Amino acid sequence: MVWSDVTTEPIEPGAVLGRVGGRSDGAVILFLGTVRDTNDGRPVSGMEYHGYEAMAQEQLAAIVVEASEIAGGAPVAAVHRLGALDLGEISVAIAVSTPHRGSAFEASRHVIEEIKKRLPVWKKEHYVDGKTDWVEGIQPMPETAS
Amino acid sequence: MTVRVLFFAAHRELLGASETIVDLPDGATVGELVQALRARGAPWDLIPDRPAVAVNRKYADGSHTLGNGDEVAVIPPVAGG
Repeated sequence: MVWSDVTTEPIEPGAVLGRVGGRSDGAVILFLGTVRDTNDGRPVSGMEYHGYEAMAQEQLAAIVVEASEIAGGAPVAAVHRLGALDLGEISVAIAVSTPHRGSAFEASRHVIEEIKKRLPVWKKEHYVDGKTDWVEGIQPMPETAS
Repeated sequence: MTVRVLFFAAHRELLGASETIVDLPDGATVGELVQALRARGAPWDLIPDRPAVAVNRKYADGSHTLGNGDEVAVIPPVAGG
């Protein structure tokens, strides 16, 4: 069972975690990405996440299917937040459960790395000095996308 | 034929536009669409020569043939997570 969403609503990690797990699973992991207070030495006051929402939904749905396949059909849940986030807020949450830990870490890693490579999402950093900048990104390649 | 072209993030700010409609000859490719946009002159020539592009929400390369009514997105380098 896989689940994914791209949303402007705050992420509830417990709800994402609740979408995975089962009696045959001995490993359950939850990854959270949060807004950090510095980037490249510049003090950050907050982050704006922008997205091509319809495509981001489809891409994230494809990414969690791939991650589940990596982990032998394991449950995988992932959500990415859009909008204006404060420091410490959760921008992404990924939950995976598997019988043994190895494939859970592998599947979770796949989701976050593919998000970075191909999810059509952009972030604008707001700095403590009042300036803003688009965070330098990664050029997505057609051959790495589904 | 016409296609609808969407812009995001830094591109949207540079162009001062979130979308535009482009008329193209039948059978035009993604690469030809990008060149047609850049040929409009400033600020459209700020669009990179070979940007990442999605057609109908799927990444496509420059040789992809467009169809009437396609939704084309010019995708700046992505920075999710």
